[in-house]
Amino acid sequence: MKKIRSASIYFLFAVIGAVILFPVLIAVILPIQDSDELERTFAPLAETGSRYVSIDYIPQYPTLKNFSKLLLYTPEFYKVFWNSILIVGSILLFQLLVAVPSAWAFAKFRFKGKELLFNLYVIFMLMPFQIMMLSQYIVLDGMHLMNTRLSIILPAIFSTFPVFLIYRGFADIPDDVADSARIDGANELQVLLHIGIPLGKSGILSCLVLSFLDLWNMVEQPLAFIKDKKLFPLSLYLPMLDIKNADIMLTAAIVTLIPAVFVFIIGQDFLEQGIIATALKE
Amino acid sequence: MTKCKTKKQNVYCLLFLLPSLLGVMIFIFIPFLDSVRKSFFTAVSEKFIGAKNYEVIMKNDAFALAVKNTALFTAVCIPALIIISFFLSYLITKIKCIRLIKSVLLFPLAIPTAAMVLIWQILFSDNGYINNILVSTGHGSVSFLSSKTAFWVLVGSYIWKNLGYTVILWVTGIMKISGSVIEAAKVDGAGEADILFRIIIPNLKPTLYTITIISFLNSFKVFREAFLVAGAYPHDSIYLLQHLFNNWFINMDLDKMAAAAVLVFSVIFAAIVLLQRMWNKEE
Repeated sequence: MKKIRSASIYFLFAVIGAVILFPVLIAVILPIQDSDELERTFAPLAETGSRYVSIDYIPQYPTLKNFSKLLLYTPEFYKVFWNSILIVGSILLFQLLVAVPSAWAFAKFRFKGKELLFNLYVIFMLMPFQIMMLSQYIVLDGMHLMNTRLSIILPAIFSTFPVFLIYRGFADIPDDVADSARIDGANELQVLLHIGIPLGKSGILSCLVLSFLDLWNMVEQPLAFIKDKKLFPLSLYLPMLDIKNADIMLTAAIVTLIPAVFVFIIGQDFLEQGIIATALKE
Repeated sequence: MTKCKTKKQNVYCLLFLLPSLLGVMIFIFIPFLDSVRKSFFTAVSEKFIGAKNYEVIMKNDAFALAVKNTALFTAVCIPALIIISFFLSYLITKIKCIRLIKSVLLFPLAIPTAAMVLIWQILFSDNGYINNILVSTGHGSVSFLSSKTAFWVLVGSYIWKNLGYTVILWVTGIMKISGSVIEAAKVDGAGEADILFRIIIPNLKPTLYTITIISFLNSFKVFREAFLVAGAYPHDSIYLLQHLFNNWFINMDLDKMAAAAVLVFSVIFAAIVLLQRMWNKEE
């Protein structure tokens, strides 16, 4: 009886897993088809006739031609890829520099108005971008940063979400550990560097993984604040391509996917810890 | 916990906090207060007009449609996500291979929307792959993206993306419940349903609170799929507040945006406070 039960649970998850992974499977199969085959796949999308898209699960002539076309003959792709790296990389770096010390202050110091300030941080962490869109626009416009990469980098650096996540990691460190370092003569900066950061490392890494996956996927901010397509990150540039370039789009999609999947695979444990640390109540 | 009692510690505490606090003031708090102020003024001439902007958006058809759709979307997708993910999480805790299953469920979270836009089109277009299957198996074709079905496609893609996140939170919550309590109940003759409804579910209220709020926040991100697949003016059934803000921004309807931002902020704020109250009362 028990065996039948767990067998049916496994079966259920196999089906769910197949449904979840199916779109990804298509995304991986299509770019290795040659352009004629792809054209046949895509032709029905552009017309209103009664033909339907069909997908060859086993490519007739598997080829890497699309990849070489993208990587060798599409220079603007590099530019956009570099935009993404630059934008996401600088946000992550400065986010940490800003969020780590302040999370430490929230976790390990007492000061007037702390609870109120922290609650404000949490409230604004929970607000969708659309609510802050106008406010951010006013500031960015005032700083003459509209239509620059900085317009999406600067506000993201001061997102309060990393502060909250890293705070969670720091709050778990017992006070005695820091106190004993103080008795040994460490100043507060040394306490943070030698006690806080090593012990709160997993909180920091969780924050990095979660932030990376979200930033690599950013759409709303560049859509609002950047007009020049040359400054778009991949996450917005790619979907704006003409469907006539389906081969380029599909191949670029895979290349866009690779860094995210890489971070997902090496960071899955931290990703899970990060998700668990978003618990607002314990 | 260190009190900022010595002067030196005060200085450190302030230094640690300052970069973040300054940035948050400049990019979040002050500009938000400024848009609250702006919501009572005209955008161009900065004339005080009281609640006029609010009246304007209340009478605006696009705003009414977007509010209705967003409310409906939230009311459908959050309970659906919560129930489905709880059911799956409960099953997961009964079997092995938890890690593999969690990886598969979480995977869509890592996939950038941009990489899937074309795939959604291949699958859901009028001439798309799913319609191919429907027609060749003798069903009628369905206009997934340009009819009311678009709403359900969006609900589906939201669940696809967020199932893993929610399952992780549930499974952690379930695993935290001490095994000895459950064992003791079993000894006392409690059946599986008793354990589920009397021990597991009541113990998961904090988890439910987190999941509700995080799922709500993430529900705003379906705009990515909706916008990238169906454009700035999709079918009426998925015209959301996010589309409206975006379109008002393009048209520089800043006074409307200010009033709408303040209104939506207030609703979300009230909802969070209410949920928190409910949770505290249960305690």
